[in-house]
Amino acid sequence: MSPRTIAAAAKRKELDLVGICDHNSAENAGAVAEAAGRLGIRVLPGLEITSREEVHVLALFDEVEAALALQERVYAALPGENDPEVFGPQVVADAEDEVLGFNARFLAGAALLSLDDVVDAVHAFRGLAVASHVDREGFGIIGQLGFIPENLGLDALEISPRLTLEEGRRTYGAAHPVIASSDAHAPDEIGLVSTSFWLDAGTVEEISLALKGLRGRRILG
Amino acid sequence: MNLKDLAGLLTLNVLQPQGNFDVTVSGGYTSDLLSDVMGNAKEKNVWITCQTHENIVAVAKLKNLAAIILVNGRKPDEAALRKAREENVVIFGTSESEFSITGVLFNAFKK
Repeated sequence: MSPRTIAAAAKRKELDLVGICDHNSAENAGAVAEAAGRLGIRVLPGLEITSREEVHVLALFDEVEAALALQERVYAALPGENDPEVFGPQVVADAEDEVLGFNARFLAGAALLSLDDVVDAVHAFRGLAVASHVDREGFGIIGQLGFIPENLGLDALEISPRLTLEEGRRTYGAAHPVIASSDAHAPDEIGLVSTSFWLDAGTVEEISLALKGLRGRRILG
Repeated sequence: MNLKDLAGLLTLNVLQPQGNFDVTVSGGYTSDLLSDVMGNAKEKNVWITCQTHENIVAVAKLKNLAAIILVNGRKPDEAALRKAREENVVIFGTSESEFSITGVLFNAFKK
């Protein structure tokens, strides 16, 4: 999945706002933001962090700089090196799809940060913390922990394309806003499902208001 | 003890048969945290877990484990099964719990 491929797929699917979250890394987010920006699509740069409990949490920001700042904290807590034979090569590309290099860190691994630490760090850098694919057992918060800790401060729960937003809300929506997104790992998965918001702009602050249903902002469906 | 003997001893179901059943098993490791398995499982160990997603195959491959045993009647995800077939990682299943299977295996290796 190269930056231009992602941008083109997002355009085809008529997405206005796309979250870009590599596992434990934001090194490609800037390139995708640039490539998508040329097509009029806004990118929320971020990371999908694997916590110490092996729970995936999406961290979404307005600015690449914030994502990279959080990435530094994740990298400092992320042990090991990648084995490309087993986990595949980890390409770093620019907005023209040119390969700049390969990330040698073990991005498929778990950072030695607790879920609490992760959510607090995301908020410290003014991002949104969203529990990934809560309906999936592998690396989903409920699959790993059995429940969602009450005081965790998650901004939303993400459900995978396996459920409709309605089903997701019914099952998981008692205490948290629920959003649906594609969790795309390949170009043809981009935009498989999406969530519509009523916003003044595609920013973290506006989405945060919509998740809470404040000041007229809301999740449309 | 090779994998064939072990499958008999624990009366395991073979969920993914592609792989080497003659490999001598060095022992077992029981854990549901992949990072823990990567850190602590030893080569040719069988890995006892309830995780069923495809990353278990990558971990088994990386650590050169003898096989994976899924407990409580769990089945591997479709992607895990496919990858295991490609990578020759044998996957067993059992209706027993991690506690029971680990206990039997522990005793067998203590002798």
